[in-house]
Order: sequence, then structure tokens, then C-alpha cells
Amino acid sequence: MMKEKVTAVVISQVEIAPSIFDMWIETSLAKEAKPGQFICVYPKNQSTLLPRPISICEVSEKKDALRIVYRIAGQGTAEFSKYKQGDSVVVLGTLGNGFPVEEAKGKKVFLMGGGIGIPPMLQLSKEIDADTQIIVGYRDNKLFLKEDLEKYGKVYIATEDGSVGTKGNVMDAIAANALSADAIFACGPMPMLRAIKRFAAEHKIPAYISLEEHMACGVGACLGCVVKTKEVDHHSHVHNARICTDGPVFEAEEVEI
Amino acid sequence: MNMQTTIAGVTFQNPVMTASGTFGSGMEYSEFVDLNQLGAVVTKGVANVPWPGNPTPRVAEVYGGMLNAIGLQNPGIDVFMERDIPFLKQYNTKIIVNVCGKSVQDYVDVVEKLGEEPAVSMLEINVSCPNVKEGAIAFGQKADALYNITSELKKHAKQPLIMKLSPNVTDITEMAKAAEAAGADALSLINTITGMKIDIHKRKFAIANKTGGMSGPAIKPIAVRMVYQTAQAVKIPIIGMGGIANAEDAIEFILAGASAVSVGAMNFVNPYATVEIVKGIEDYMKQYNVESLTDLIGAVHD
Repeated sequence: MMKEKVTAVVISQVEIAPSIFDMWIETSLAKEAKPGQFICVYPKNQSTLLPRPISICEVSEKKDALRIVYRIAGQGTAEFSKYKQGDSVVVLGTLGNGFPVEEAKGKKVFLMGGGIGIPPMLQLSKEIDADTQIIVGYRDNKLFLKEDLEKYGKVYIATEDGSVGTKGNVMDAIAANALSADAIFACGPMPMLRAIKRFAAEHKIPAYISLEEHMACGVGACLGCVVKTKEVDHHSHVHNARICTDGPVFEAEEVEI
Repeated sequence: MNMQTTIAGVTFQNPVMTASGTFGSGMEYSEFVDLNQLGAVVTKGVANVPWPGNPTPRVAEVYGGMLNAIGLQNPGIDVFMERDIPFLKQYNTKIIVNVCGKSVQDYVDVVEKLGEEPAVSMLEINVSCPNVKEGAIAFGQKADALYNITSELKKHAKQPLIMKLSPNVTDITEMAKAAEAAGADALSLINTITGMKIDIHKRKFAIANKTGGMSGPAIKPIAVRMVYQTAQAVKIPIIGMGGIANAEDAIEFILAGASAVSVGAMNFVNPYATVEIVKGIEDYMKQYNVESLTDLIGAVHD
């Protein structure tokens, strides 16, 4: 798998929920992109130097474009949100291991996304060959990607304010709908991932969770984005794995979160 | 045109190196750059045993740069010699190994093991990491402590020693002179400048270690000044670093007195930075009819 820093072109960009932007970019990196992988997007403003890791939401049919859906979290993402059709965007990719799609084959699975962890579930739902139940959690009724996800599986919604679906979080949605699965694929905030890790251990099923951490290089050199591991890691020889290269997807029982 | 530079008897094909800790052992960036084109790869610091490093978050962005407090996570010298050295040996570039420790004996153990590996050209002694509680910077902020560790390591080292200096001192030239007096073969400077960032929304330190070492283009003028001052104070060669982003920056350090330069945080911003800088220095030399890179070293002074 080749990693490359390239200049891509913005095909379209829309704000699909408050501060949440949906951008398609034309790039050769789409050719090998897998669900759960990410790209690093470089701000042009030279006072914000570090690349921003953003998960791949969708890969175009022709594998010539990538879709990213991201929330404005600071100056870098604020800059990206102003890009218009035809603008250039500098990206590094494709990065990380991605979700082990083959582990889902023929099984009943949960695809779980919380907030800005929802986007990678879209490409995963397209590629996964399983009985797919998609459980997504939002703050309120400003939903995003719901219609896209509905094309690829039954979608269950939880909202913190109870305005849509189950009131509460994704775990509450599982309980309320009495759902069950043989494997879980998830991305979202740490409390959600911890709850999924516990749920998976109780039900003795594997959970593949996508982690995030502040990164600098994105390629495994700086050791900035590590997660504690249960066993001694093959690369670091300590109980630390690099989220950018050994992850971002880990089997939940392998990481101490 | 000759881009070679010689430090303590070791000749490098060009003056561009990688700053320790930003380039691993070259494996990750070998996907982007041809390591054969670099003057040297300076590895991530390695200790006698594996170190787990600090909790996360370990990195944060600041205006024109970044903070890091990795805490010298490393796999230990044994794994390093079995895995990282053989990897680097495949390339036609010099290998400089950065050595860290908590006690003088830790450093001695690593230095002795590396003495058995002729492929390692030089050792860079990390006495300036601001992010670990024991060792490291404790040896690099007092002239007598720096003198003592330098002279002790000189007794055990087979390769020339580069002492990597901290900018977090009152007068870096005092440290440089102490290292030189103790027998250091070269100096590298600057390591990162201790900084802090507070996340005002979470009302928390941005880095788990509270403080982190600042690097990136914002620190460059401080680094150039320190390289210049040090070059005026000592006779041993200097490897200059601190915010080098392009060939112009690298040339500035060389004119200030550096015999070679290291590219650090900017590898994260531009994975091709090192080789682009080699090319840029070559172009500059052509533009100004500079026949030998050595003509540029320290060319700007009183």
C-alpha cells in the first residue's frame, strides 16, 4: 500500500449539520482506500502546520474520489470548511489499517457510530457482506448521513435529547430495540467505545473499534498517538501501539481504553 | 561542486540530516524519500531497556510549530540493533544513533553496545530532552554535569560523540564549552524549547505531561542565534537544527556556523522536506557559484 502526499481538487462541499461539513475530493488516493482508513489534510495557513487526520466516509464508484465528513474543531478544519469546488486541497493518504471487513462475512453485525464517528460507517456499510444493523448516536435532531446509511442496512437512531429515536446513546438504542450481533464495528467518542468494549466482553463477541488521538506525523514516526495495549506491542516492544499505523482500528480487547 | 561536509573525521555526502525523534529509524519515511539521498539518518533516542514514554496527549499544535512530550518511548538497544540498524545499513547514508538514559551507567551500556556496530558512524548523546523526569536534561542544564557525563562517555565510546544541547539554559555557550573541554567531538543544537499550552475550552493542559518541547518554524530565529553564538565560542563542529522548513532555512544555519543541519518537525508537515532541502542547497550553490559547501560554513560573522 503506497502512502503519498498529493494535491487533490474539491468536487463539492456542503454543510450537512451545524459545523459538520461534507466534502468530496478528486484524488488518486481513492484507488486503494479502505473503510476505516483515514487521510491527513494539510491546512494552507502556515501557522497551523500539522496535518489533520480525517476518516474516509465514502469512496466513489469509480475509485477516483473520496468523501470526508468532518466537524469544525479548530483553525485547520475551519479553513477546510471554506474550500469551494475547484479549490486544491493537500492530503496524505491513505493511512491506517481500516476495518477487517472479512471478519463480518455472513455474520450479524452492529455498525456503530457516535457523532463525528459516524462517517466511516458509510463506506464500511457499503463493503461489508453481513446482516448489518447500523446504530448511530447524535446530540439532537440535526441528523447527518442518515439517508446514506439507510441504503445499506437497517438504521437505529439514538439522540441525547430524545428528539429522534431512542433517548440516550447507542447502547440505549441496542437495549431499547433488543438488538443482538456476532461482531461489532464502531467509531465514536471514548465513553461510547469503552461501553462497547464492555458489551463485547459480556457477550463474548469481537468488537473492532476505531480510535483517535492527537497526531503529528500520521505515518508512525513520531510516536505521538499511542494507545495502551494489553500485550507488548510487536513494534514498540512496550505496551503501546501507534494509532496511526497499527490502528486506528483495534480489536477492543487488545487495547486499554 | 562539492556538497560534502566532514564532522569529527566522518564525511557526509551532504549536510542534510534528520532530527532525532522525528524520523524514527527511517523506516516510515522511506516510503516517501530515498534515504540514499540524505547526509545521515539520526535515529530516535534509544536507551538500554525499552521505555514506555509518557501518557497521551503527547503532541499539540501551537502557532507556527508544535509541542511534544513523547517521553523517549523506545524499544531498547537490543531490539534496535537487531531491527533498526540492519534496516538502515541497506542505504548509502550515514547512521547517527541518538542515545538516552536515566543514569550515566544507562548511557554507558548503550554506548558500549553501539561500539560493536561499525555501521554506526557517530553517537548523538541526548542530554537535553525536556520531557522525561530522570536523566536526559538533568545532564544538560549544568555545565559540570555535562562535563562529567561527556568525559565518562568518551572513555567508553568507539565512535565520535555529538552532545545534543538544550536551549533551556541561561547561556548555551557555557554548556558548549563544557562539552568541548570534556572531549566532545561535535555538538548538535538546539533541542526543543520547553513550552506549555492550555486548552481553554476543556480548561486542561493540552499535553498530559503539562509541558512539552516546542519545535517548528516559530523557534528558528532562536536556534540560528544559538548556533551562531556557539560557533563563536567553540572549535568543534556544530549540527544546527530548530524549525528548518526549507533550503533557505538550512543555509541560514550553515552561514551561522553549522557544519550540517537536521530537519525535525517539518518532516511531519512535508514528508519530502529532507530531499527537497538537499536539492535546494545544491541550487543555491549553483546560483552563487559556491564550489564547496564548506565555504558557506560560518561565512557570516563579525
